Amino acid sequence: MSDTTTRLDTTQLPGNWQNFRRALKRVLREPLGALGLTLVVFVLVSAIGADWFSSHEPNKIDIKSKLQPPSAEHILGTDQLGRDIYSRVLVGGQIALKVSLVSIGIALVIGLSLGLIAGFGPRWLDNSLMLLFDSVRSFPTVMFALAVVTLFGPSLNTVMIVVIVTQIPIYGRMVRSQTLALRDAEFILAERALGAGFFRIIGMHMLPNVIGPLLILASMDIPFVITIEAGLSFLGMGVRPPTPSWGTILNDGYSYIYNTPWPVIAGGIPVILTTLGFTFLGESLRDVFDPKLRKEI
Amino acid sequence: MKPLLELKDLRVRFRSRSSLSALINGDRDPFVDAVNSVSLQIGEGETYGLVGESGSGKTTLARSIIGLVKPQEGSIRYDGTEIIGMPSSQMKKFRGIVGTMFQDPVGSLSPRMTIRSLLAEPFKIHGMTGRDLGQEVNRLLEMVGLNRDFGSRHPHQLSGGQARRVGVARALALNPKLIIADEPTAGLDVSVQGEILNLLDKLQAELGISILVITHNLNVVRHITDRMGIMYFGRIVEQGPTSTMFDQPSHPYTLALLSANPEPDPDAVIDRLELQGEVPSLLNRPPGCEFHPRCPFVEDNCKSTFPEITQLSDDHSYRCHHPRHVE
Amino acid sequence: MATENVLEISKLNVGFATERGMLKALRDVDLSIPVGSIVGVVGESGCGKSTMINAIIGLLAHNARVSSGSIVFEGSDLLQKSERELRDIRGTRISMVFQDPMVSLNPVLSIGTQMIDIQYRDAISKAQKRARSIEMLNRVGIPDPESRLNNYPHQFSGGMRQRIAIAMALQAEPALLIADEPTTALDATLEVQIIHRLRDLQHSMGCSILFISHHLGVIAELCDYVVVMYGGEVVERGTVRDIFHRPAHPYTCKLLECDPARIVETTRSLPTIPGEIPDLANLPRGCIFADRCDRKIDICSEVAPSTSELAGHHWTRCHLAAAEPTA
Repeated sequence: MSDTTTRLDTTQLPGNWQNFRRALKRVLREPLGALGLTLVVFVLVSAIGADWFSSHEPNKIDIKSKLQPPSAEHILGTDQLGRDIYSRVLVGGQIALKVSLVSIGIALVIGLSLGLIAGFGPRWLDNSLMLLFDSVRSFPTVMFALAVVTLFGPSLNTVMIVVIVTQIPIYGRMVRSQTLALRDAEFILAERALGAGFFRIIGMHMLPNVIGPLLILASMDIPFVITIEAGLSFLGMGVRPPTPSWGTILNDGYSYIYNTPWPVIAGGIPVILTTLGFTFLGESLRDVFDPKLRKEI
Repeated sequence: MKPLLELKDLRVRFRSRSSLSALINGDRDPFVDAVNSVSLQIGEGETYGLVGESGSGKTTLARSIIGLVKPQEGSIRYDGTEIIGMPSSQMKKFRGIVGTMFQDPVGSLSPRMTIRSLLAEPFKIHGMTGRDLGQEVNRLLEMVGLNRDFGSRHPHQLSGGQARRVGVARALALNPKLIIADEPTAGLDVSVQGEILNLLDKLQAELGISILVITHNLNVVRHITDRMGIMYFGRIVEQGPTSTMFDQPSHPYTLALLSANPEPDPDAVIDRLELQGEVPSLLNRPPGCEFHPRCPFVEDNCKSTFPEITQLSDDHSYRCHHPRHVE
Repeated sequence: MATENVLEISKLNVGFATERGMLKALRDVDLSIPVGSIVGVVGESGCGKSTMINAIIGLLAHNARVSSGSIVFEGSDLLQKSERELRDIRGTRISMVFQDPMVSLNPVLSIGTQMIDIQYRDAISKAQKRARSIEMLNRVGIPDPESRLNNYPHQFSGGMRQRIAIAMALQAEPALLIADEPTTALDATLEVQIIHRLRDLQHSMGCSILFISHHLGVIAELCDYVVVMYGGEVVERGTVRDIFHRPAHPYTCKLLECDPARIVETTRSLPTIPGEIPDLANLPRGCIFADRCDRKIDICSEVAPSTSELAGHHWTRCHLAAAEPTA
């Protein structure tokens, strides 16, 4: 089972397959880690299988059955237009995950590349990139979001652009400082002495050693992005109706909260569960991968 | 015989931190010379030991040979070709011809790669992917006495001695004519040191490689080098055939180094030359002979006049006004 | 037999609970340090010396299990003490010096601050603490200590930092100083200076020193008694002359053979001890050194040897020694 591939799988967690399985076991040993993993898996499965698990068409309007509490036919009740909340929540999960995974994924790839180049490249490049990052970061996120929304109109893509632009400097800086620390490591010098070039070194030797903490950080950003999307959609600046994002479900439910609390509860709980799940899992992963906490004789 | 590697009047400077205070002070040089006016030659099939303590500049010297550090003056010639100022494509080729072993046996191996990939690196870097890499890797492992299943391990799973062997194998991958070994026995237990040195020796005899060994361990130098050079404060203060230098050291620092090694015998009577003080900072070069503040034999002219190279014989030279053992 | 022991380890057994099983890092370890003596511990990677030190000062990893034995220090068993009691002892009655002085030194505080801080238990004025610090720095050979109290660790060289670490360790006049490879990272000329300093300090202060090193020469020059460890066991123990002149255990003999400083004739083929230490989670039957021993007999692979007393302070754990009683 030797590894002679030169191509790198950037979504691979630190170490090889054996390490991954061992890490998984450790995560499951911690109660919060196990809980987090369960929640995340639950959310992922329900989102991916939204179409199969739905009981109704999410956008199907049925005014006669509006604002009903949970029943056998509508597991989580209905909203003000008689739409089945349960199905809407499932599809909303799809949207939430799509937004978060895609935007964080893109931010990750760009942030990683820029961070590596800044850390290992020439000083002037590093200084320029840091200047760029700091400029973007100093712009207040909410204002930036409002500006983008005003320019491009509210939509899913708007949300994603905002997320990507604000996350790139954060990831970039983190990768850069780790790369800087590795720059003088002896194995990097050894590779240079072998004749390895700039891109080979950052791609094959820096990247795998730097990506671990980044992935964990990114995974903990997933709930953050989901709540941003929910927040923006709640404010009417994100997804347009009738698309059932969790934020819009909350928004709709909020107007009718005195009639029935169910839409708000049904819209809020998924957000809470997802946030908790990813946070617990992320923290557990971080602890597992912290070499200082690992005791191996 | 034309030397394989020739260094002439090599000088490597670094910008010191106090460049601002240098500005304030006006006349102070903001640079320090880590390597100062160093000349040495290594012939084919020869093992040369570069000996020095911390701060002597020996590591900087080694790094400048493979281009990790850029010298300001002087020349480095490999097989007649000038290395300094080489275009990067040629430098890359040169790095394929010279094998390097670094000090930290495990730390010099990329931690996330398997041994197999690490040993395949040199071939891949230099575009030799046509070969059967699996076979090459096995050949290398065998050469250094490691079992084939070491190939799938990761560096942190190896002991110091095993990691050191992998370093040797990697240095040998592209059949170099010269190997630079930085502290090859550092971090190794005494019982394992011999293994590595014997290995290097055997490979040298079989393959005719030249080896530049950089170390502060005189015991090692005594056993495996043909010639040696003693570095102090960025300069070579004495160099010559190893046996001659051990029997008749000329420079006081050489004497001090030789006598500094405690003998593993509680009753050994050592005529020890104990040096006082420590190596001065590179920012404060002592005038005259740079060793004079610590030299037990210092005399007046040492403090003012810089000692030029004295050629004792064809290949034995030193820098000292009052050498010992010169009859 | 020595009149009084400041530290006495008896039948100490320490294991580590790992995924592969219980790693038996120390087995039946006996070690005594007479008052006012320097005891050297010699051993290579994996011999258990670090585990032993950690057991003494109570800093074993969380997965360590002390299954039996005692560590009696100044009359009471350290293994029975609470964490608070141990904390009172550390730094006052038992001090440590490590290989890397920066383990003891805080890089963001001046050394004056640190040296005054560690005297927090003493009810004297700050000026007096300062004076004491200056005196201590003088004693370890820091030139002009009064002016350097405000300097930070990075402003000192490696050798100086180690001296400061020693000064801090000896400030409280401990009964026992544990020095874990304190000179391994230093150059030979510095090593000699520090060893002599330690010896002088030990004479004037009357403390005992437990000195761990794999550098045989230093052990021979500094220590009164020597303990040889291999794979978690003490395989030989005696006065320094016993060990270096009359080594009994085959491992000790081999170790001395392998030290390049001891090898009189220049050779290109240095002796080594082939093989590796056994897996401590899967101990072999019989003697721990059997599979690497060149003098083993049948019983060695079957039965673990018990200790045989050879003469006075000299004993070893070997079937061969048991078979032939020495005069």
